[in-house]
Amino acid sequence: MTAAAAFIPASPPPAAARRRLGGARIAGLGILALWTLLGVAILWLLVAGYDGEMIARYLPRILDGVLTTLQLVGLSLVIGAALSIPVAAGRLSANPAIGAVTFAYSYFFRGTPLLAQTFLVYYGAGQFVGFFREIGLWWFFRDAFNCAVLTFALNTAAYQAEILAGAIRSVPRGQWQAAQSLALPRGVTLARIIVPQALITALRPYGNEVVLMIKGSAIASIITVLDLMGQTRYAFSKTYDLQVYLWAAILYLAMVEILRRVWDVLERRLTRHLQRTD
Amino acid sequence: MNEALSLLSFGPTGWGDEIASGVWVTVSLAASTLPFGLALGFLVALAKTSEDAYLRAGANIYTTLFRGLPELLTLFLIYYGGQIALSAFTQRLFGQPTEVNGFVAGLFALSLVFSSYASEVFLSAFRGIPAGQYEGAQALGLNRIKTMRLVILPQLVRLALPGLSNLWLILLKDTALVSVIGLSDILRNTNVAVGNTKEPFLFFFVACMIYLVLSMVSSIAFGFISGWAERGQETRA
Amino acid sequence: MRMLKTVALAATVLATLVGGAVAQDITKVRIGTEGAYPPFNFQDANGELKGFDVDIAKALCAEMKVECEFVVQDWDGIIPALLAGKFDAIIASMSINEERKKSVAFTNKYYNTPPAVAVPKDSPVTGITAEDLKDLAVGAQSSTTHSTYAEQYLTQSDVKLYPTADEYKLDLENGRLDAVVDDVVVLSDWVESEAGACCKIVGTITPVQEIHGEGAGIALRKEDTALQEKFNAAIEAIRQNGTYETINKQYFDFDVYGG
Repeated sequence: MTAAAAFIPASPPPAAARRRLGGARIAGLGILALWTLLGVAILWLLVAGYDGEMIARYLPRILDGVLTTLQLVGLSLVIGAALSIPVAAGRLSANPAIGAVTFAYSYFFRGTPLLAQTFLVYYGAGQFVGFFREIGLWWFFRDAFNCAVLTFALNTAAYQAEILAGAIRSVPRGQWQAAQSLALPRGVTLARIIVPQALITALRPYGNEVVLMIKGSAIASIITVLDLMGQTRYAFSKTYDLQVYLWAAILYLAMVEILRRVWDVLERRLTRHLQRTD
Repeated sequence: MNEALSLLSFGPTGWGDEIASGVWVTVSLAASTLPFGLALGFLVALAKTSEDAYLRAGANIYTTLFRGLPELLTLFLIYYGGQIALSAFTQRLFGQPTEVNGFVAGLFALSLVFSSYASEVFLSAFRGIPAGQYEGAQALGLNRIKTMRLVILPQLVRLALPGLSNLWLILLKDTALVSVIGLSDILRNTNVAVGNTKEPFLFFFVACMIYLVLSMVSSIAFGFISGWAERGQETRA
Repeated sequence: MRMLKTVALAATVLATLVGGAVAQDITKVRIGTEGAYPPFNFQDANGELKGFDVDIAKALCAEMKVECEFVVQDWDGIIPALLAGKFDAIIASMSINEERKKSVAFTNKYYNTPPAVAVPKDSPVTGITAEDLKDLAVGAQSSTTHSTYAEQYLTQSDVKLYPTADEYKLDLENGRLDAVVDDVVVLSDWVESEAGACCKIVGTITPVQEIHGEGAGIALRKEDTALQEKFNAAIEAIRQNGTYETINKQYFDFDVYGG
């Protein structure tokens, strides 16, 4: 017990501030009321518009669409990740020619709409069918799903390369120098020292990129791929019932939210050695 | 090559003038979305920094919703759903339905998406402003509105600018989605041209190049704006 | 008080914007069309709407002495847009069938042509039965009678649906599709043009009453019965006074009105 504490008796905590119905509280309640209203309206729409026959006919198709969406996104992300490594290396390269080429690649795919890229690959490839037949690749481009995967993979590779390159740049130079002074070879330095640190910085942007890919994949529906959006559009074109778009909205939100939660857990686990426990 | 040029020429046989009018639609759609998106995003960010839990929850639902839905789906929901709801409303009120055209639907949907992302940018900018700034303003006797206007906003603009310029580039690209609901933007008009000429590669490539030019021009413009926003910083160094 | 005035003023302005509210006399009709279905409706390099549907629509409007305004709308959204009041009539080669009658009303037909199948010129396909098209990729435009037919009758084919005719044409030409189903006039207009030089028509399909219905009509909202009567009278009138024949001759060397 310190002397000060002995002389100055502990005073009771101040009385809790009286909760007032301030502007913020009113606005908050108003907004929540609005959301509740919207939720009830949607629920009502789904209940009032309940049509057993429609659900039996289109729900299986829509769930099948979810599967296609997951395949599309999964494949694109994995292929894109593989592609992003050489692109990131190019972006970090000291060679100006390699730097320029990879910059142009990345700028093109990040600066143009995914929809336009998809059209370019799908219908553009169709225009050069003779050429693709000759080199024996037409079987690949013939299928709309493959074209979508190719476009999305090229697109996400550009974004992932930027994330990776940015994360590697963010690792302090001291780490390189320390490794060098320990006489570690460059490859080992990169693989054991730099990349593990960079990946932690990159974790959050990677998660965002996965979410963006799930959302962006809806574009595949425009080139006849029957993903979640494609099946939804199909069902809408048959029923003119807006409900089906609400189903799709719920399914997309569920996918994105589950991913976000999983990613948060993952991030917390991977960075647990960085968290301070006091 | 000559053939390609004649296809892209202006006039009755070329598609240059259609594509140019598409550029105008794209740019005006993005430009008119911007003020709504910024204002809405700022308000949502304010709500998120509020001390009131209800207000924060309300704002969080907003961003979860519009950052989680595919932009294409948001657009369809607004375009078809908004049309049905609004028509039913005005039918009852005035005895006549109103039309939600593609432009308005696009403006609305893109504003929702833009503002939910912008709110995150503003939020982290708010967090980048030290509490001392608020305390200093309070010590000077500034009220809350004056604090915001004179002390916080000028710093907020500088902190939020990189994030916002990124969002603007995303917005420019997202406008391409309105081509799906039939608004004659760059992509829709190139699509019509492709249908007529059977030259998909040429036209879609040109469309991509136009988007690239638009984003380059935007980047240059943002360079100037950020120079202006940083004008107070140089003297300090 | 000032507040009240402002609100009142805003309401008036809004009401004026929305249109002459109570005026029942039809003076202006907004017509929705697709603009991607040559030769019936399409946009040229000037962005102008052209085609048989468009000319018929103009003739009908002249006959009804109303002002007409065209609204271009993608096919998938054309019925929802009509129901939502974006326009008052669809004149876009829409077949009158039972499925659509559940949501919209139709005028009498203004033309009737059978569906057909087109394939690449070097295709081994010789017929149009489900057996002939077995295991092949068959394209059609989505939400059309042709897509319904393909899905119900060509059950062993891989049916792919496209938002507009332009897209399935591209894919038939480049070989992604082995065959397409659409209106015979649309397909023959295409295969006879330079753009459709890749392909040929293998045969026409005998229309199925439940699917193909009784020909193309003008779709309207169910409650607009006055407009429906006006349109029917106008169709009858242009059939009688030779206007229909003149337009028919501009586009086709046969009678599209059908039996």
